[in-house]
Amino acid sequence: MNLTLKIWRQKDATSKGAIVDYQVKGIEGDMSFLEMLDVLNEELITKGEEPVVFDHDCREGICGACSLQINGEPHGPDRLVTTCQLHMRKFNDGDTIYIEPFRAKAFPVVKDLMIDRSAFDRIQHAGGYISVNTSGNTIDANAIPVNKDDADESFEAATCIGCGACVAACKNASAMLFTSAKVSQFALLPQGQVEATDRVLAMVNQMDEEGFGNCTNTGACEIECPKGISLENIARMNREYLSASLKG
Amino acid sequence: MGGLIKSSIARKVAMALSGLFLVFFLLQHFTINFTSIFSKDTFNELSHFMGTNPLVQFVLQPVLIFGVVFHFVMGFVLEIKNKNARAVKYAKYNGGANASWMSRNMIYSGLVVLAFLGLHFYDFWVPEMVHKYVEFAPEDSTRYYHELLLKFESPVRTGLYILSFVFLALHLWHGFASSFQSVGFNNKYSIGATKFAKAFSIVIPLGFIIVAIALHLTH
Repeated sequence: MNLTLKIWRQKDATSKGAIVDYQVKGIEGDMSFLEMLDVLNEELITKGEEPVVFDHDCREGICGACSLQINGEPHGPDRLVTTCQLHMRKFNDGDTIYIEPFRAKAFPVVKDLMIDRSAFDRIQHAGGYISVNTSGNTIDANAIPVNKDDADESFEAATCIGCGACVAACKNASAMLFTSAKVSQFALLPQGQVEATDRVLAMVNQMDEEGFGNCTNTGACEIECPKGISLENIARMNREYLSASLKG
Repeated sequence: MGGLIKSSIARKVAMALSGLFLVFFLLQHFTINFTSIFSKDTFNELSHFMGTNPLVQFVLQPVLIFGVVFHFVMGFVLEIKNKNARAVKYAKYNGGANASWMSRNMIYSGLVVLAFLGLHFYDFWVPEMVHKYVEFAPEDSTRYYHELLLKFESPVRTGLYILSFVFLALHLWHGFASSFQSVGFNNKYSIGATKFAKAFSIVIPLGFIIVAIALHLTH
């Protein structure tokens, strides 16, 4: 298929960017979206032009490195997949495709389609961990009984790959779904209870400091999340936060 | 506790609680208005009680005004903060693919409701305050129905009220149900609670529309 691509090009973090039009030909439906961009980049390199910079790593939907706002949706029109798993068969010959970086003040553009998502790392550093004595006296995790439902919900929350699609989809650029998944995965387990109060306060505080917007419950994040992280996590974080604030 | 005041979650909960309070007020307001289409005397009696009871006038009314002002001021504050969270807009943004129109346009449906409140205050609240606390006119417990009827004589005003109630329904459609999520209520009862909230957001504004049309047609 032949496509018209409207791609955001931006020289560096301080330069002003703009949408630039490209034509790609001979794209096959079995190609992934990133492979289609590889084809474009090979053509650009052959012509002596600067290739389009975009994030990618595992290319099998696990790492959370790839991003891209495709035709106004993070990771494109398909559901429960990342951009690397989006196939070109989802598009039609002659289509025009807008390709932009995930937009948020807290996710500044580094170059072209590559963004700086270290704000997520700082939220995680603020409290997304448990302290365990690893000096030889570590208790076997299997020795601590965990309710099956809690274990399942915790696991589901832990499948968040931190790609940032929730922020990109949200009309307010809110990071509530990401933060709530990271809070929930520990809040549901006995191992996470020791630091529960400090964790939720620190992580929400860091989320606010990074400049993300406020959640207005549109539910766009849940729909666009490639891992299907549920809004229930946000409700849980709200409860945890209110309870921790009243205790503190 | 200190961090609670400026946190995004606290703001969200405050919006939800003030919204829930206004939902209860709507239900009470509708109940009284609804009596006007089948019993003039009941409407007069209830309006007289609401207009002269000191607890309603000097405690509940200021609380209500605070609730309304808080809800829309906080709504503006959040809207500005949220706009700032995405300084560069998308060239193409397909918001309809993952969220309802109502949830994405609360500020606009809210602004219409706010404009309506201005008209509603001008129509009823201001004359009522002048009548009671400026002119100190003698109380006539049978005046309320007549005053109500006069306001709905104009087809333009009746039309504006109907249009406003449509936007109120759009605002409630997302706002009421989402307030449960904001206060942390998301469990096996959420589906039922959401259905109730959606039904409420249609039934109450529709009821207000029926009252407005019935009063207009009474002339």
